[in-house]
Amino acid sequence: MAALNLTINGDRLETAAPDHWTLLEVLRYRLGLTGSKQGCDKGDCGACTVLLDGQPVLACLTLAGLAQGRAVTTIEGLMPAHAREGKSGADPVQDAFDRCGALQCGFCQPGMILSARALLNANAHPTRAQIRAALAGNLCRCTGYTQIVEAVEYAVAVAAGVEPAPRAWETPRARLTDIEEQGTRRPSGQARP
Amino acid sequence: MAARDNHGTSPPWGRSFGVLGQPHRKLDGLAKATGSAVYADDLALPGMLHAKTLRSPHAHARIESIDASKALALEGVHAVITGRDLPERYGVIPWTQDETALAVDRVRFIGDPVAAVAAIDEDTANRALKLIEVRYQKLTAWFDPASSLAAQTDRIHPDTKGPGNLSKHVHLCFGDVDGELAGAAHTIEGEYEFHGTTHAPIEPHCAVAAVDAAGLLTVWSSTQITHYVHRALAKVLHLEAHKIRVVQPCLGGAFGGKSDPFSLEFCVAKLAMLTARPVKMLYTREEVFYAHRGRHPMQMRYRTGVDKDGKLRAVDAKILIDGGSYSSFGLVTTYYAGQLLTGPYHFPTYRFDSTRVFTNKPPCGPKRGHGSVQPRFAFEIQLDELAGRLELDPIEIRRRNFQGDFTRTVNGQRVTSNGFLKCLDEVERLSRWKERRGKLGFGRGLGVAGSMYISGTNYPVYPNDMPQAGIQIKLDRSGLATVFTGGNDIGQGSNSMCAYIVAEELGLDLSAVRVVAADTDLCPVDLGAYSSRVTFMVGNATIDACRKLRGQIVQALAEKWQVAKERIRLIAGQALDLEDAARAISIAEAFQIAEARFDTLGSTGSYNTPTLGGDYRGGTIGAAPAYSFTAHIVEVDVDVETGQLTCENVWIAHDCGRALNPMIVAGQMEGSVYMGLAEALLEEHTLNRFGLHAGPNLLDYKLPTSVDTPELYARIVESIDPEGPYGAKEAGEGPLHPALPALSNAVFDAVGVRLRRLPFTPARVLSELRAAGVDAKRHAQAGLPARAEKGAR
Repeated sequence: MAALNLTINGDRLETAAPDHWTLLEVLRYRLGLTGSKQGCDKGDCGACTVLLDGQPVLACLTLAGLAQGRAVTTIEGLMPAHAREGKSGADPVQDAFDRCGALQCGFCQPGMILSARALLNANAHPTRAQIRAALAGNLCRCTGYTQIVEAVEYAVAVAAGVEPAPRAWETPRARLTDIEEQGTRRPSGQARP
Repeated sequence: MAARDNHGTSPPWGRSFGVLGQPHRKLDGLAKATGSAVYADDLALPGMLHAKTLRSPHAHARIESIDASKALALEGVHAVITGRDLPERYGVIPWTQDETALAVDRVRFIGDPVAAVAAIDEDTANRALKLIEVRYQKLTAWFDPASSLAAQTDRIHPDTKGPGNLSKHVHLCFGDVDGELAGAAHTIEGEYEFHGTTHAPIEPHCAVAAVDAAGLLTVWSSTQITHYVHRALAKVLHLEAHKIRVVQPCLGGAFGGKSDPFSLEFCVAKLAMLTARPVKMLYTREEVFYAHRGRHPMQMRYRTGVDKDGKLRAVDAKILIDGGSYSSFGLVTTYYAGQLLTGPYHFPTYRFDSTRVFTNKPPCGPKRGHGSVQPRFAFEIQLDELAGRLELDPIEIRRRNFQGDFTRTVNGQRVTSNGFLKCLDEVERLSRWKERRGKLGFGRGLGVAGSMYISGTNYPVYPNDMPQAGIQIKLDRSGLATVFTGGNDIGQGSNSMCAYIVAEELGLDLSAVRVVAADTDLCPVDLGAYSSRVTFMVGNATIDACRKLRGQIVQALAEKWQVAKERIRLIAGQALDLEDAARAISIAEAFQIAEARFDTLGSTGSYNTPTLGGDYRGGTIGAAPAYSFTAHIVEVDVDVETGQLTCENVWIAHDCGRALNPMIVAGQMEGSVYMGLAEALLEEHTLNRFGLHAGPNLLDYKLPTSVDTPELYARIVESIDPEGPYGAKEAGEGPLHPALPALSNAVFDAVGVRLRRLPFTPARVLSELRAAGVDAKRHAQAGLPARAEKGAR
């Protein structure tokens, strides 16, 4: 068991954990910051991504002791940081993910959003290829990534004060003639009694 | 019996929708984005113990003895249980219950649960596992389904009828298949292989149990079917169901992989009962691979006959299914492998013979597009081959065989709306198929495929006459509606779907609708998130409940205002008199007037499918109240030197009926295609010759990253189905199917080689290319590029 002095989302916290505990374990099971997720415990999935001095790292591969003296940002820290700047609502990246449908099961998204935040902090106008590359360490099993990439582009557009490009599904849908306009057509095959 | 949907497909107020058909945020979106959404492993209860599972190191063995005394003596260990503590069998399908929470006397695959330990922390529990002494007597392990079917000794489930390790056999024949094949202008025969994949949700399975002082057991579990877990817990623990509460917290992905009751749910419950303390068990990623229930490997032989115009005359299928060690949903899988192929094309005659066999591998089960992705792969390639034989455009042969809407399939399934032709038109146009197919240069190609899928199923897994979906709504004087649904939101947005419907029907702002879901104490029964049933069934039930409340509110207002009911509208948070704008009141006031008139406001709604299906044994399996339809075009680049396939673009058109939220529909379509391509290109659930999983982690089992996934172009086609809620059908599973065969067909367009065996890994592709005489060196000698020029687009 070792004493730990950590700086998490701007707060200096003291806690203790076994020497072999990772930053992820300490965040989740000592400090109750369960927004960082465990998906594989081996550095394969990226769900545990946090920012260490602004850089995305895998909390499941970072010993908690090694995070001492460095600034840890978890997903829980983004909205309060936004509020400290006098702004309302969630961080614009979080808001864009929600607005663009990028959140399905949501399990990978704390890590994904932090990777996206780090990208945008370093590069305010990334290309689509740069967005895809920056997020390549975060596996998502739900979305096929399209709406995630769109969300990052949306956040870029909002930050730049320009109109976001229409998203893929916003093109007019192909609608067949409304059945009720033809009179109510019922199935020709009769249901078995 | 609950009434079927008679609500029509029009907007509830006037000519257009206020909420539906538009993009809206999800109810839980910001909670997920900010990390405050609570998943099962985020729960921590005071005094909670941690449990771990001891698993079998043998693929097939008898357990001779288990000695847990040393483990129990370890400081910090509170309880150890084995199969003897939970001997009752369970299984989703009532006729094939062959699982126990922990192995009783026999283990059937490497990773089969044998014992469970509850301790003060995970490290202590893991140390205790090593102290449990198990003596095994090894048995012959069966890995190959064909030899397993012929097994005479060491049968995997000795109490089944056999022959050998048979799990289920289905043989159904519709019409004179042999006669039609004999008279066909062209017949084609081929063998196809699907290799087996798993769901790999990013959230591993997790369950937490606690027993309160009065004896109520609560289990929080990452399940996609709360109701079946509830039933199974009652059976296995020998508890009355009303003494158990099952809650699904926020769920981190499922895709069918969290449909079965799993060992950990029973273990945490039993351990909590024994220790009188809360208990949590979280599977490691490795254990998720053992829990499996992934897509079944299938060996498929298809014979298809067409007339001289390319119209189908007969389809004849023989399918061998590798089921793994337990039944799971396998009875349904065996039927679905045949029953779900009879659209979007008209089959005049059809025969299928499918055989599911037990093997000593992690059990297979339902994965997104249950049972039908594999046959669809085979058949859509065969259609392409027939098009080639007839020198027809592959899209044209599909158009010619279109079954039409409002029809009945050869196996007796009723088809309602059917937008498949429109789907074909859309992908043809968007991909510029006519200008580009066959003209992209050697190594680059376009391929097409189509499919259909069920939108809910007529067949509840345990027969009963009660509703398949139930809803309760409570209205509050504050203007708030609270919806209680047993439906499981697994990320697809079903809770949000309920809220959108309630907001539309009762004229509420979305912020005035709360949804309480998937809690067996609080919510009416729903059969859960599978078979693409939730939007269709829960949506219809929600309309049912809303219409009852709406009737009360409108009547109360009409009486109070002394006007005709037709003049009243509930819209955008207000109640209006269409002919007297001055009368507008807030919806909260309208609720209060209705409450004064009718007493406390609440309603129930339910949905049941009409009686459907063919009049033969198994004829209801695959019968759905509506079907979705999909067409894909895939663009691929084939590197002839390495065998590497690069999928560059996919155009997806999907008939989902009315899109209640097009943003969510598009997300389901894109996610489906991603998953289908992943199965074709990267993923493989491989075991070594001892039955040990070759790579039970997310590095060896390769999930595509954002750079591996092509640009996906989702195009929504709305056919407005008369049976669905406002005309909606499903979007979560159907759009997966065509991805795999369309990719194979694109490879043929690119290099003239048919890939019939999955997965299309570089090594496999390269050997197929070489076998077909496609060789980079030879192309170079002939002055042809080994790889298409990028500029060829």
